[in-house]
Amino acid sequence: MNTTLTPANTADLVEAVRSTPRLIAVGSRTKPRLSAVNAVRLSTARLTGIVEYEPSEFTFTALAGTPLREIADTLAAQGQYLPFDPMFVARGATLGGTVASGVSGPGRFRFGGLRDFILAVQFVDGAGRLLRMGGKVVKNAAGFDLPKFFVGSLGRFGVLTEVTFKVFPRHTSRLTLMLEAKAPEFATQILSQAASARWELDALDWLPEANHIAARLVGPTEALDALAEEILNRFPGEKLTTEVADEQWNSLNEFEWAKVSKADDAKSESSLLLKMPTTPDTCASLRRTLEDFGGRVLVSSGGNVVFASLPLNADVTTVDAKLRGLKVPCLTLRGNAPLWLGARHDFKIAAAVKHALDAENRFPSLEECD
Amino acid sequence: MSQLAIQRLKQLLRPEQLLLRSEQLAAYQSDGLTAFHQTPLAVAVPETNVEVIALVRLCHEEKLPFVARGSGTSLSGGSLPVAGGIIIAMNRLNRILKIDPVNRIAVVESGVINTAVSVAAAPHGLYYAPDPSSQTICTIGGNVAFNSGGAHCLKYGMTANHVLGIKAVLATGEVVEWGGASRETVGPDWCGLFTGNEGLFGIALEITLQLLPKAECFHTVLAGYKSLEEAGDAVSAVIASGLLPGAMEIMDALALEAAVAAVHAEYPAGAEAVLIVELEGPREVVAEDRKRLDAIIAASKPIEARPARDANERMAIWKGRKSAFSAVGRLSPDFIVQDGVVPRRKLGEALRRIGEMSRETGIRVANVFHAGDGNLHPLILFNGRIPGDLDRAEALAGRILKMCVEMGGSLTGEHGLGMEKRDYLPDMFSADEIDCMTRIRAAFDPLGIANPGKMFPGPEAPALMQHGLHPLEKAGVISRE
Repeated sequence: MNTTLTPANTADLVEAVRSTPRLIAVGSRTKPRLSAVNAVRLSTARLTGIVEYEPSEFTFTALAGTPLREIADTLAAQGQYLPFDPMFVARGATLGGTVASGVSGPGRFRFGGLRDFILAVQFVDGAGRLLRMGGKVVKNAAGFDLPKFFVGSLGRFGVLTEVTFKVFPRHTSRLTLMLEAKAPEFATQILSQAASARWELDALDWLPEANHIAARLVGPTEALDALAEEILNRFPGEKLTTEVADEQWNSLNEFEWAKVSKADDAKSESSLLLKMPTTPDTCASLRRTLEDFGGRVLVSSGGNVVFASLPLNADVTTVDAKLRGLKVPCLTLRGNAPLWLGARHDFKIAAAVKHALDAENRFPSLEECD
Repeated sequence: MSQLAIQRLKQLLRPEQLLLRSEQLAAYQSDGLTAFHQTPLAVAVPETNVEVIALVRLCHEEKLPFVARGSGTSLSGGSLPVAGGIIIAMNRLNRILKIDPVNRIAVVESGVINTAVSVAAAPHGLYYAPDPSSQTICTIGGNVAFNSGGAHCLKYGMTANHVLGIKAVLATGEVVEWGGASRETVGPDWCGLFTGNEGLFGIALEITLQLLPKAECFHTVLAGYKSLEEAGDAVSAVIASGLLPGAMEIMDALALEAAVAAVHAEYPAGAEAVLIVELEGPREVVAEDRKRLDAIIAASKPIEARPARDANERMAIWKGRKSAFSAVGRLSPDFIVQDGVVPRRKLGEALRRIGEMSRETGIRVANVFHAGDGNLHPLILFNGRIPGDLDRAEALAGRILKMCVEMGGSLTGEHGLGMEKRDYLPDMFSADEIDCMTRIRAAFDPLGIANPGKMFPGPEAPALMQHGLHPLEKAGVISRE
């Protein structure tokens, strides 16, 4: 079933859901593995636009198909930004797809990930009902927190039509330091020590290149030099120029590094792209394990998440077994590996909640993939 | 049926873990919402997670309603007992299982007190951010159940934003474990869905919390204004400047009067409203941000602005603020606390309308609120001994809640719906949306035994009314957000 429906508005989308027995929502497919399943595709390409944006409220609401680029530009014009630091922005990622995939960028380090900034969702459930959950204000405790549940739910419980987020004022300036660890064990020490220090870093990523750690400071210009000096007295490294730093972070946000060879297009399916939660004290061994499969590995958010790019011919059965041994769950974002690798849980409640939101199995289950 | 259930409870627990006598049960009749009370069938006091799981499974088999309870500080009646049901008191499950400074996490049992986490983390320079005003007594399990807030939510979020992992026993008896030590996950955010379930899904047993490095430096300013509106304008100016303060709080004249009476707080003479703004961060950053903040405050023409000169002065400012609610108890024998949310730009309008409603009804209303996030806390004063006074106060509370929703806000910012606001759920959600939530609740609890009668409007009505401060509140042990 390669049919794609592209409804023109929310009402048409509701109608499309009601009249299609089996479907999955897609955005711009920057993480194609997530929707690679035997179902009619329901594209949100025409559901675009910011519905409400009141800068003084620190909130906006936009249709699910709105490109993040448009959102980032609109926020930037008001001196604001999305602190969870969305990925694949330049490649056209949409707001809805970003929520459904649950992928946050290096900037999640300081204030939290996508789940920490989502406030409300409007979605169509399996019965074809248009529902809104959460609240459009920055603080709300009314009703079950389905907006959070939709983060990382891969479109398997409903079709998002509109999302509300909290935003923050953008810092006045930023400064990136490239720290150098002599060996992997020193890298994890730097991650842990820098994360607990008084500096309040904005991002802290252990790059795919050898033992380089990129640390970003944000705040008033006058303060950053003093903080940078103290950090560089503690760890070997150097300040990056603004241009080099921007290029470096952009490469991470767009997964430019996730190419197996220089000639590859990062968007093409030239490698497997995997996401795994990890911890500062275990990320080094996870990184080594994945590098043993010929992978390139980014340890992001101070050692709390790993993105790995593995050759398409990697032995995924063995990868799966290794990850299970390490008790690491893993999601395939791109490439022809199983959707889920590594550790999994199998609780009865998962099927019961699926049934509550989608009794007719209109959307594929989380386990289903081609 | 209840006799059979009690027999089974007796087999499960030691005699001292099962409270059955009326004088024992009396202590559990009510929670922080003292307007309601109900006597439970029994109170079970488990000491291990194994016992909690066995209790929930017993309740499932016997179709016996249960209400999990921490310290009973819920302001929405969330831990109010259910007639014919038991209370599962989680207080003895108060072990901090792990403080891990490398991964910056704590793993705690449900009955651990909120501040105990920060105390245990302090030697590592870390702390647990969510700070409900009852934090010296409320439990993490209760915070998770109600997604508790505090004074720092704009910048740091609520409880849900700090919960990384949950081990829980669901109302079906199934034991689940979601998330863990990592700040990231893959797949749907089950911890996010569980947090704020108001005790309707089951009972959290072990919770993994993220810890943050303690801010090195604070700059706390208290500014007095001639009117609430001027204080509100100052908040707008701070927001427009691009600063992101850790907290912004406002107290009105009546709340100030109460704080002066209760903790001898001192405020600028003639102030009709007081604004508290706090910056935090590395000293170099605070030094720069403070220049901007001080200029904004000066431009807002306060009667007087007082920056805290040291940690003691900062604590004194916060003591006045955090004691304000219970202090209102000195002005009135009874009061209702609401916690509706409005879009911040509508704060001025909301306060003006609350003032109008107060004058129109002759009911005094004190206001203490989280100005940074639009979370109102109108304290509606009444005297339960005067016939009809409570009804009038509740009617006013209802009008305020409806106003919050009409303005595009929420029924509750941090206290939850519980018993108190359940009837207003249809004001915020459509019939389909409530049906969707009902179905999710049924997925977790098909028998409807976990904290029934809360969150959803319905006939499962419990309770008698009473009045007055909670005994612990009178003693100054607890205070309300």
